[in-house]
Amino acid sequence: MTRSSPASSGPWTPRIVAFFCNWCTYTAADLAGVSRMKHASNARIIRLMCSGRVDPQFVIDALTKGADGVLIGGCHPNDCHYAEGNYKCLRRFQMLKRMVADLGIEPDRLRLEWISAAEGEKVKRVVNEMTETLTALGPLGIPEKFHEWDREMEHFAQRVAAQEAASGASGCAEHAPQPRTPEPAHA
Amino acid sequence: MPKPKVAFYWCASCGGCEETVVDLAEDILGVVEKVDIVLWPVAMDFKYKDLEAMPDKSIVATLLNGAIRSTEQEEMAHLLRRKSRYVIAYGACAHLGGIAGLANQFPREQILKFNYEDAPSVVNEQKTRPQLSFAHNGHNPTLPALHHVVRALDQVVDVDYYVPGCPPTPKITSAAVTALLENRLPPKGSVIAPDIALCDECPRKASKPTNVSFTHFKRPHQMLMDPEKCFLAQGVVCMGPSTRSGCEAACTCGGMPCTGCFGPTSRVRDQGLKIMSSLCANVAPKEEADINKVLEGIPDPVGTFYRYGLAKSLVRRKVTLPVK
Repeated sequence: MTRSSPASSGPWTPRIVAFFCNWCTYTAADLAGVSRMKHASNARIIRLMCSGRVDPQFVIDALTKGADGVLIGGCHPNDCHYAEGNYKCLRRFQMLKRMVADLGIEPDRLRLEWISAAEGEKVKRVVNEMTETLTALGPLGIPEKFHEWDREMEHFAQRVAAQEAASGASGCAEHAPQPRTPEPAHA
Repeated sequence: MPKPKVAFYWCASCGGCEETVVDLAEDILGVVEKVDIVLWPVAMDFKYKDLEAMPDKSIVATLLNGAIRSTEQEEMAHLLRRKSRYVIAYGACAHLGGIAGLANQFPREQILKFNYEDAPSVVNEQKTRPQLSFAHNGHNPTLPALHHVVRALDQVVDVDYYVPGCPPTPKITSAAVTALLENRLPPKGSVIAPDIALCDECPRKASKPTNVSFTHFKRPHQMLMDPEKCFLAQGVVCMGPSTRSGCEAACTCGGMPCTGCFGPTSRVRDQGLKIMSSLCANVAPKEEADINKVLEGIPDPVGTFYRYGLAKSLVRRKVTLPVK
């Protein structure tokens, strides 16, 4: 999920990964579609059999691959096709929100909604609201952060490459001195 | 036939991994007989320049423990990679970032300020901090710089094998060394420990309920724990279900729950999220407020679930932290 260049995609808009359960919320999204309801096109919907199938790894994987927010949709309490799946999802979600907050990600980037198969209107409202919330929060940009973090490792590779060029390929690299212009790190 | 050359090196670590090598006890004599140790800073006197003078790939294996935190550690990791046929990440810090990886929750400045100024035992009125270079008698000695991000070894160089644990047990250490000496190596990238969860070898397994249900979470100091019953059945957070076995359940046999030092099994991408998922899904209440009351029993989820694995987790580090 790489971000396309601004030139081709226009101004930034949020990217939402939505995990919808097969029995309620996905059907509701389908209903919204056949009812020709217009809503923000920012959500990429992934259909799962149950909100209880939403592994927290899926949510964080989406964020670390470039999503700005994750929406989970499941059946209303007591209506889960598998009896308990939505409760399992709710319990994980409560802890996941605390964990992402501790890791510097705004908990509002995650949203869990109960949407029954009849509530096409609610899909529309929730997707629109979430798009607004994320637009206000701005891009999350974790892949860019990974790239930025790993730049601190680049100076070494450059130094080795320079030495090898100087010493003629495969000779042993000398125990190299610190970079000439060290960052004023520990000042 | 010359003996195979082996190197031991340490990076951001506590020294416990080095201790395990010594804990091989009499077995270490057998190892020392069969190999030629060419670098082991904690125990023997070698110079980095001796290492640099060796031909590339002339060391059979380097066992490197500790996370990569400074420019010196980064450089040594690259140098040892170049000189060695096999690089083995030895111990939880090299494997997953380890305890050192928990520093990925805090800015570097906060860590330096605490350690050089604010810690209760520090006497440093001038607030002196280590400098990267300084002039002394016409020389210009340098010190390594601290990276902003703590990394596991495989986030810096290519790693052939992993020996897990904090520290690895003598048993898995000798299994790894024997596999190496007898050239019975598993596929590259393997973690040299059984690929099954700790519960499999835990003596408390029989008392693990089929349906775990948590009405509270308690930490070990908050209760008197039953010495034989599954920790999960007692409402104590135990990382066993999402942690690789191989330690012979050292902690659970010793009366403490697993904290996850062997890392995940091969099917799990993110150990912390996986155990969180498993434990939280089995909280008993169904209402949000009641659920949260139970979850309050885990006051520090990142420190609990990512005790050893933060650097290798999906997020790696608190995302708002600076790198400048």
